[in-house]
Amino acid sequence: MPSFVTYLIHTLFPPTVRFPDILLIDAGLVLGGLGLIGFLTKTHRWGWLWREWLTTVDHKKIAVMYLISAIVMLFRGGIDAEMLRAQLAMPSVHFMPAIQYDEVFTTHGTIMIFFMAMPFIFALFNAVVPLMIGARDVAFPRVNAMSFWLFAFGAILFNISFIIGGSPDAGWTAYPPYTGLAFNPGPGENYYFLSLLIAGMGTTMTGINFLVTTIRMRAPGMTLMKMPMFVWTTMVTSALILFAFPPLTVALAMSLFDRLFGSSFFTLTRGGMPMMYVNLFWLFGHPEVYILVLPLFGVFSEVVATYSKKALFGYPMMVVSVLAIMFLSYGTWVHHFFTMGAGPAVNAFFGLSTMLIAIPTGVKIFNWIFTMWGGRIQMTTAMLYQMAFIPTFVIGGASGVMLAVVPADYQLHNTYFLIAHFHNVIIGGTLFGLLSGMYYWWPKMFGMKLNERQGKVAFWLFFIGFWITFTPQYLLGLKGMTRRLYTYPAGLGWHELNVISTVGAWIMGAGFVALVYNVVWSLLYGERDVTGDPWDGRTLEWSLPSPVPEYNFARIPVVHERDAWWAMKQKGQTMAHALRPEDVHDIEMPKNTPIPFLLGVSFFVLGFGMTFKWWPIAIVGILGVIACLLFSGFDYDDHHHLEADVVRQTEASLGRLQG
Amino acid sequence: MRPAFFKRPYRKLIPLALVAGLMSTGCGQQYVLLHPVGPVGEQELHLMELAAIAMGIVIVVVFTLYFYAIIRFRDKPGNTAPYRPDWHTSKWLEILWWVLPAVLLTVIAIPTVQTTFALAHVPKPKGKDPVVIDVTSLTWKWLFEYPGQHVATVNQLVIPTGKPVLFELTADSPMNTFWVPALGGMEYTMPNRVLPLWLEANKPGTYIGLSGQYSGTGFAKMFFHVKAVSPAAFNAWVAATRKTASPMTMTVYDQLLKHNTTGEAIYSSYPQDTFPTVANGFTLTGSGMYMVMRDKNDISYMPMQNP
Ligand code: HEM
Ligand SMILES: [Cu+2]
Ligand SMILES: [Cu+2]
Repeated sequence: MPSFVTYLIHTLFPPTVRFPDILLIDAGLVLGGLGLIGFLTKTHRWGWLWREWLTTVDHKKIAVMYLISAIVMLFRGGIDAEMLRAQLAMPSVHFMPAIQYDEVFTTHGTIMIFFMAMPFIFALFNAVVPLMIGARDVAFPRVNAMSFWLFAFGAILFNISFIIGGSPDAGWTAYPPYTGLAFNPGPGENYYFLSLLIAGMGTTMTGINFLVTTIRMRAPGMTLMKMPMFVWTTMVTSALILFAFPPLTVALAMSLFDRLFGSSFFTLTRGGMPMMYVNLFWLFGHPEVYILVLPLFGVFSEVVATYSKKALFGYPMMVVSVLAIMFLSYGTWVHHFFTMGAGPAVNAFFGLSTMLIAIPTGVKIFNWIFTMWGGRIQMTTAMLYQMAFIPTFVIGGASGVMLAVVPADYQLHNTYFLIAHFHNVIIGGTLFGLLSGMYYWWPKMFGMKLNERQGKVAFWLFFIGFWITFTPQYLLGLKGMTRRLYTYPAGLGWHELNVISTVGAWIMGAGFVALVYNVVWSLLYGERDVTGDPWDGRTLEWSLPSPVPEYNFARIPVVHERDAWWAMKQKGQTMAHALRPEDVHDIEMPKNTPIPFLLGVSFFVLGFGMTFKWWPIAIVGILGVIACLLFSGFDYDDHHHLEADVVRQTEASLGRLQG
Repeated sequence: MRPAFFKRPYRKLIPLALVAGLMSTGCGQQYVLLHPVGPVGEQELHLMELAAIAMGIVIVVVFTLYFYAIIRFRDKPGNTAPYRPDWHTSKWLEILWWVLPAVLLTVIAIPTVQTTFALAHVPKPKGKDPVVIDVTSLTWKWLFEYPGQHVATVNQLVIPTGKPVLFELTADSPMNTFWVPALGGMEYTMPNRVLPLWLEANKPGTYIGLSGQYSGTGFAKMFFHVKAVSPAAFNAWVAATRKTASPMTMTVYDQLLKHNTTGEAIYSSYPQDTFPTVANGFTLTGSGMYMVMRDKNDISYMPMQNP
């Protein structure tokens, strides 16, 4: 065999990607891929795929692509979680060897945060924010598509690591010096740094895009204090992204330099300062946890008002508390490393600032409860997630405050108590919120409802499974079990609780299966939403037909009140939305473009080349990136006119045109 | 008539079995964090309890309101609860729930700050310096050097009871945390830095120690034992170790630097300069920065003037 073939095989397929389970997955992926290609060819869908999806700049379609990616990633991250729990069910079992366990907890955390929660949040932003503010698209539609493709190819780059070259194994936090070449020679950490850098660029651009969209694109009359709560949280989250991602980018890039170009920012030798990485990482990391939860605070605010048939309680206070959280969340990052010797004054300061941020968070909880107070609560699936969120998040917040007590954190840091805390807030807040939002806006996105009975089954499995999984983990923390152990000795009393936790994980797994069944079943047989307003909603997206036509609003609405659509309905003015033909003019819409997709591909090639230090490939990638940007920069032909007649026809066919 | 099983001598075993059962399901000492055996762990536990109580109050208040609301205001036919679709502000209620969490958090915050500062200093009993132990986390094992006693151990610690022990922590490995849950909280070991942590055992016994920061495939094996013995027994152990154990030569030390896991070991001496000589100055007593001075026979502390 020529020597370079041997070299290729050794580099691309080292022993860590040749575990039997991975080989099985390889086979499955190849078969699935061939099947998909066959299907698309046979049904002549390639052109459709290219025109309708890969080149689209329509925020509604981008939302669908984000949603699909997020659910696929939830599946991958969930399988990882089940593997971790299977390993821990018994002391001293070796279902997976240490190296594989380490890779799996790393991919679990990274995928759930960066490639599941973030895109799921962006799916909701894209699906509803322009509709809620009475706009025809986001401020920069082409940039929006670029954001998606950067995320998507970042995710692909990260996900191929376990079949090609080997996964990263340093945890989602990737602390040096363990990520350095001295301890981690394989390509895994390169995958981690490069894919997060690529996806991170996309995220930053999304932040800018939605900040500008919510500031500049609102319908006439919609002042800041008339914005729906979800729009507020979108705006604030975008601002958080804008200032939180730069430190992450810097930390990742410096780590990558240490690995690829021999610098010593964070290495063990030559005076590296690993703690500087930790600082930079959490300077991003703490705002990030609020990036993960604020949008869902927005979702819950919409959901609770709609299904309680009552205006959101204390709207001005909600706004104040969101803004307070935004500012405070930049000032608490040291609570992730109280035990790194910063000294009592620094620790005390950050302990206090962390407790401070719990106050505005608590205020919101009371406001949601009092929104239900005096209302008429409808127990839909979306509302069930909201109602599960309140007690779950309160307990997660309470354990967070315990961790903010500096001396207590010396004992609890990096134990299963911490693991239980953040799953409590991230599952109870973020995941429940995402699913609540998905059930709530599904009719708007797809024109049909998700089956409620099946949805409730999935909900109860998730909810009960969650508590069975994570309650024992608080206790394990008190028994001194630290995180990221691939195995543990018998005799410390850790066994029984771990068994219970694993059973809970199975129940959550069943919940996921029920969810997917629910989605597929509803796509096939679901009840169609012909009214466009199935929940008797309050905000402008419900004034549109489901699914929404390409141009969203044939005529931009004028807003007089908060909960604009509810107010119109109260005044019997819904007919104000039925247009007269002369109200309809030509509409200018952004034009599809292949550039964002090609940009994603170029970055993928660049990332892949750098991961293996195959510079010629990386250079091809860079050239692709430059070509895309140049072309895009000089491409002035970026919009097209939708003739007024076409719009009139569409509106008439929807029964929304007078005369 | 009793079933035969309960006849003697089995009957005597029943309470024993019950106790053993309870212990193994964890009602007993296995909740190490709840049964500290030293002043540091005790103070940390007190704060945990205080925070748990304050948060418990919040939880009770929120849950009461919450369950009342979701039961009373369900949308079902014949519900007579008042329906007030436009009720959306109440100045006093809103002030109340800014104030309530603020008050409870203040109750936690004050002792938090006090204890944070208090635990940052080693208490210095009159005329007695704490026992100093230099801890180096290696890949994947623990090296403990006793600069005052000139002995060294691997994956096993012996400390005197009733006396503060000052650990100076560093790493010649990826980061780890040094943690003996029965005695108190953890602290990171980091390359190129030396961090202080003091602990004290007030009961003789053997306690488990482990690392809380993942550092690679052998990380899960970084357990060690801490034997707390009376000061007299401690001195006897030191003397015996210096006499009977073998010295840690440079060759042995280099072996320890290899990336593997090892068992426990004790050494009568250890090579010079295996621990960073210049510790970043840190506070030992709160009255200024101290330098730990080492010479052949003893160690001492030299206070440094503030610049
Ligand atoms: C009441 C509000 C909260 C407080 C007081 C709080 C406090 C803390 C503290 C002190 C830590 C560090 C503990 C340690 O490492 O020893 C922590 C960790 C963490 N928190 Fe929270 N938290 C709160 C809310 C949240 C929310 C809303 C989220 C996310 C949605 C979140 C996600 C996390 C995560 C992911 C970690 C651990 C990350 C890691 O080490 O891998 N927390 N929290
Ligand atoms: Cu997880
Ligand atoms: Cu944080």
